Amino acid sequence: MYDAPKVILGIIVFLLLFTSPLWINIFGGQTSVKPNIQLPKDANECVYPTEYMKNYHMDLLNDWRDKVVRDNQRFLLKNGNFVDFRGKKMEMSLSHTCMKCHNNKSQFCDQCHNYLSVNPYCWDCHVAPKEGMK
Amino acid sequence: MGLFFSIVAFFIVALIGYLGYFSPMIFGVVIPYLALAIFLLGIVVRIIKWAKSPVPFRITTTAGQQKTMPWIRRNRFDNPSNAWETIVRMLLEILFFRSLFRNTKASIKDGKKLVYGSEKWLWLFAILFHWSFLIIVLRHFRFFSQPTPNFVSLLQSIDGFFQVGVPIIYITNVAIVVALTYLFLRRVINQKIKYISLSSDYFPLLLIFGIAITGILMRYFFKVDLVQIKELAVGILSFNPVIPEALHPLFSLHLFLVSVLLIYFPMSKLVHMPGIFFSPTRNLANDNREKRHINPWNNEFKMHYHTYEEYEDEFREVMKNVNLPLEKEEK
Repeated sequence: MYDAPKVILGIIVFLLLFTSPLWINIFGGQTSVKPNIQLPKDANECVYPTEYMKNYHMDLLNDWRDKVVRDNQRFLLKNGNFVDFRGKKMEMSLSHTCMKCHNNKSQFCDQCHNYLSVNPYCWDCHVAPKEGMK
Repeated sequence: MGLFFSIVAFFIVALIGYLGYFSPMIFGVVIPYLALAIFLLGIVVRIIKWAKSPVPFRITTTAGQQKTMPWIRRNRFDNPSNAWETIVRMLLEILFFRSLFRNTKASIKDGKKLVYGSEKWLWLFAILFHWSFLIIVLRHFRFFSQPTPNFVSLLQSIDGFFQVGVPIIYITNVAIVVALTYLFLRRVINQKIKYISLSSDYFPLLLIFGIAITGILMRYFFKVDLVQIKELAVGILSFNPVIPEALHPLFSLHLFLVSVLLIYFPMSKLVHMPGIFFSPTRNLANDNREKRHINPWNNEFKMHYHTYEEYEDEFREVMKNVNLPLEKEEK
């Protein structure tokens, strides 16, 4: 092999770079950290089924944002009628509807978002709720 | 023919990948491990193979003035004469595709004149593709490793700078699809390039296109359970694999295409990734006139050099007849 020291150095750099997730996982010691969502205890019904909310909540919130902020439509309409949710008109609001039950941001939203480094810009405009207040 | 073959091959691979959700263990754990092993080992084998080929002479395909008399302005980085200038040339090549930037196009003007013009489109879409691909791979560290490295958030915020849509549309996602479309259509539409294209040219483009499209579909249209996917990825990448209960067909397709890409990588043109570092026309300083480079397999003691004196002796009569100047005039 010609230029052996340079080539071997190159191979080592290549292997280290391409296996770097391995070393982060093994020596980071956090592979067992998993999202641990705290579900609201006093509510058993969401605006949509759990499976849908799990994967599409961002689409829903975006849609609500557009309706409220751009079309001045605060309450969800279905076929011209207000939608009933837990005995009231369903308000399309992150703070007033979602966070009523899911009232702990760090125990709910942040669990998965931090795990997958998702940085939604909800709280650029909204004031993040104070933790521990019921 | 090559085009047809590679399209058929791609669809067979894609079908297998799509059906992968039937077996989470094989498609979620076994094949990815196999692919990673073949990729890493294959690249190392290729590198060692290259390093065994001697490059006895500096190949001087340069695009700039060589270092010569002090009053002649030289082109330091296109025609380097020492190590650090060569490193700069290599960096320009690897990071900015300098050779491709010099790409020219031949065309016939007025029906009879052959003219060469500058052609930057290939460079533009090639650099768009490669940088997008790199950034996308780096962004995927949010799935590969726990804790996620800090650079991921930075990349995400720059890549999603325009904050369009939810989830935010990444610039690189658009760029890679546009660039791959160009690179593929270039081979299909331009007859001259189609003539020299092989199935091994089309296939990797289709494969990477498939990977990009399935990724985009999962991000924006058919959402998959990312927590489960990260658990699978981190499990594999910490030698503690958890066999998932079920795989989403789109995800098994995405993962299988990536696995096929990793396996295909060391045995195809894609090895230009490590290969570019071994380009003799780029990675050697052009110092043939300053230093004497000796063939590594020469045996100085056994070799017989045909010196100029001997040459002159051999052709003296002939040279004399055509009045060539001679070093040693014979009386």
